[in-house]
Amino acid sequence: MTIYNLYIFDRNGTCLHYEEWNRTKLSEMSREQEFKLMYGMLYSIKSFVARISPFDSKDSFLSYTTSKYKLHFYETPTGLKLIMNTDVNTHNARETLYEIYSKIYVEYVVKNPLCKLDEPIESELFKTKLDGFIKGLPAYN
Amino acid sequence: MAIFSVYILNRAGGLIYHYDHYTPKSEIEKTFSYPLDIILGGDDKLEVIFGEGGGIKVGHALIAINGEPVVSRKLPDGRDVREILNNPDNYPISLKFGRLKLKTNERIMLASMFHPLFAIAAKLSPEHRSSGIEILEADSFKLHCFQSQTGLKFILLTDPKQLGTEGLLRKIYELYGDFALKNPFYSLDMPIRCELFDTNLQRALDQSEKTGLYSSNPSLS
Repeated sequence: MTIYNLYIFDRNGTCLHYEEWNRTKLSEMSREQEFKLMYGMLYSIKSFVARISPFDSKDSFLSYTTSKYKLHFYETPTGLKLIMNTDVNTHNARETLYEIYSKIYVEYVVKNPLCKLDEPIESELFKTKLDGFIKGLPAYN
Repeated sequence: MAIFSVYILNRAGGLIYHYDHYTPKSEIEKTFSYPLDIILGGDDKLEVIFGEGGGIKVGHALIAINGEPVVSRKLPDGRDVREILNNPDNYPISLKFGRLKLKTNERIMLASMFHPLFAIAAKLSPEHRSSGIEILEADSFKLHCFQSQTGLKFILLTDPKQLGTEGLLRKIYELYGDFALKNPFYSLDMPIRCELFDTNLQRALDQSEKTGLYSSNPSLS
């Protein structure tokens, strides 16, 4: 079980935070481009899912799986998007993503008046807390 | 457990086959008084943009007024829907809302939308040599995609709990090989219009829904 990386996007598509742990394949493009591609893909998947769905869906897209990794997606009603890539066997990381949002993002970013909300997060406290949280997960390692 | 639909995409992302096996119905008729407590909007069709309630959801389109069907914002006799809704004299009024069925053009668009998503998912992989999207989960359905060696994509939309989809996708591939490719009137990468393929596909879907399992042909897996 592994966690590869985590992206946090705001509702305008700005990448607020990116962190990687056990990523083996480094991307052939620059970070900026990768963020844009990731956000663009999620945006399309969301509209794809909303239109192809046979039902009226509530929170639509949850995750996708390829042969090598699984992408978990969680979006808050304010448009903050959390994306975590794990190995294929991790079942549901939704709770985890929600905890990252409520226990780490809200606590150390939203409640920190020095953090601007629409800019990449620079708070060291947030980064260490997030790192500690991820490394403490049973899915890590 | 249910299988909703089957899509087959050619190598270029073109839709060559689609079949709806089961469409959940969602139509609601209600009588409204003036003023309307829901807000309608949208480009060519009128959709609910705010004000859910009594089974009516955001995104539902206005299908009929007092039993008369609405086609592109007009009633059959040519009256404009907006004018009718804005006139207090027409109330109480009975409106029918529901999810519209996808049109063929929309399906073709969705198919060609999935094609790059599949490729980008492989490109953004944190591990080497990843495939594209194989399973995409949403809260109310699950999409399974199987790409053959030749680049064809077989896509299945099912209930999240449906079992045996992997075997079923391979079975569909087998059926495609047997009844579409071996048909002398079928040209490659073009829409599939083969009766035998249709009937065999339906049979396979029914069987899979009943048993929840499909024994795949070992020579193909």
